[in-house]
Amino acid sequence: MSTHNINTQKVNFKVFRFNADVDYLPYYEDYTMEVTSEEVVLDILNRIKWDLDGSFSYRRSCRHGICGACAIKLNGRATLACKENMNDMIKLFGNDITLEPLSIKRAVKDMIIDKADFWQKHEAIKPYLISDIDEYPEHEHLVSPKQAEELDDADLCIQCGACHYACPVVEINDEFFGPAAFAKAYRFEADVRDEAGTKRLTEMHKEAQGVWDCVKCFECAEACPKDINPIGKITKLHLMLFDKGLATSTVASRHAVGFKNSIAKHGMLDEGTLVLYSEGPSIIKHIPVALQMFRKGKIVLPWNMPKSDNLDEIQKLVKSSSTAKF
Amino acid sequence: MKKLKYALFTGCTAKQSTPEQMMSTLAVAKKLNIELIELTEASCCGASHLQDYDDFLSLVLNARNIAYAEKHELTMVTICNTCQLNTAMTKHRLDNNAELKAKVNEKLAEVGLEYKGTSNVIHFLYAIIDDIGLDKIKEMVVTPLSQFNIAPFYGCHNIRPSELQNESHKSKENPYNPTSLDDLIIACGGMNVDYTEKNKCCGFHVELQAPKTASILTGNAIAGAMDGNADMMVTPCPLCHLKLDTQTKHASEAIGREVELPILHMQQMLGLALGCPADELGLKHHLSKVNFI
Repeated sequence: MSTHNINTQKVNFKVFRFNADVDYLPYYEDYTMEVTSEEVVLDILNRIKWDLDGSFSYRRSCRHGICGACAIKLNGRATLACKENMNDMIKLFGNDITLEPLSIKRAVKDMIIDKADFWQKHEAIKPYLISDIDEYPEHEHLVSPKQAEELDDADLCIQCGACHYACPVVEINDEFFGPAAFAKAYRFEADVRDEAGTKRLTEMHKEAQGVWDCVKCFECAEACPKDINPIGKITKLHLMLFDKGLATSTVASRHAVGFKNSIAKHGMLDEGTLVLYSEGPSIIKHIPVALQMFRKGKIVLPWNMPKSDNLDEIQKLVKSSSTAKF
Repeated sequence: MKKLKYALFTGCTAKQSTPEQMMSTLAVAKKLNIELIELTEASCCGASHLQDYDDFLSLVLNARNIAYAEKHELTMVTICNTCQLNTAMTKHRLDNNAELKAKVNEKLAEVGLEYKGTSNVIHFLYAIIDDIGLDKIKEMVVTPLSQFNIAPFYGCHNIRPSELQNESHKSKENPYNPTSLDDLIIACGGMNVDYTEKNKCCGFHVELQAPKTASILTGNAIAGAMDGNADMMVTPCPLCHLKLDTQTKHASEAIGREVELPILHMQQMLGLALGCPADELGLKHHLSKVNFI
């Protein structure tokens, strides 16, 4: 007969508490608990509510990692409470664990946040198949496995908000769609049945709200409990914008294209020319800092621009491998 | 100690806007008895932007860079987090997709090269921690930085996505609680400053297209370190360095608070502790004052 050992260890929880109806400021409550190696984070939330303080509030439903309701932050890490084993969290962070809502500034009550901005952005990208559907089709609309693969797991999103509230741009810029909405937009753009044309994709190119404002920090990839890799979808949206000719000439699109131009010329990046090509006449605003940098030996003049050895190889590869158009 | 030998991918900033990063890398390598073979044939990695425009070209160019390290039969070390990301990401994709690797190699064959997947790609910070070890580095310190509170700034692309950094080095790092740079500060005799922004983004990659976002992120990072009572910040990434060192005016305006700290490259901090002369570390190339030495 096999025996299974359940280990327990003492963990100090520091738990965010706030009730928007009565509290002026949030505060933290400390709970020390014996945690078994079997428990997930949601079990801890349940025990706090059931055994220690009935007023403690959080969202939960399926307990199977599919409804997306119980996403919170554990020591700053976006965590789907029902999915993560406490043992793994203790291995990552030790025995002092802080539990907070996904977004403190959106806290309504304890772990519960107002996700209105998440849903507004979700809606704004038209998260549905845009297609003139024949109500009486004569045959099935078949999607081949290869075409379905193009979705690249984007349809596995459970809309928990973990990536959205891990994104530093969402915190700063209210217009930014955010990684979850981008992944959703990609899910429909990559669907062969979708006939949105340019409707959805042009929105992705717009300044402030679109993909160009992504800071490339990979917080979303790290936060996603379903390993959807939202930033990978953002890259694919960038590529679609160029592919469909929707990436009009902006600072941001020129900035991406400028790398290819520079590599074709020098192998290395020519930093000064990249800024000039991207900004155009607006380069003037960079002059004060550029002068300071020049005085400190941080700017290489065009005639001293270093070049990669075997530049001919690089130039040959740029010519033969590149298919992108701008 | 056995002499270590790596292929060095300098990246572009080391040759232009952060000459001090190149200088201090070489100075530290000399002290640590590391031989660096510079990959002078390497091209730009695309800096996390080229793949948005031309993904296949980005793969071909990065594979070519790695192929040169493979020719030397050496591990490739990077000294820029974003070079590390782009190179390691290329390696990850090619090593896990035979069809893609074959397509890339078809192109590389045109210039007589082949990507095999035999060279590891690792940031210099992790190379010295893995191959020399913090204990050994600590023994070699001649000028402990004991009077300084030093705030580590990790830079996104060394710690995220974690699957890549876990492939490249032995000392697995938790992106939500990274320790390598803290440990190096302690090994150098300094006091490490703990603050929320240490593993956050500096905003560098959107400096041109979203300057306000970029400046707020930079401002928050420096402010966090200042509130932690830091005397200086230290980073393994030259792009973070550029942002934190040269953009303080915009950052201060964006967050409505004067922020400025001396910002050291990881190699400069280590160099100071190992007794490298200040002029070999290029401290005169900084915009923010580094007059504490």
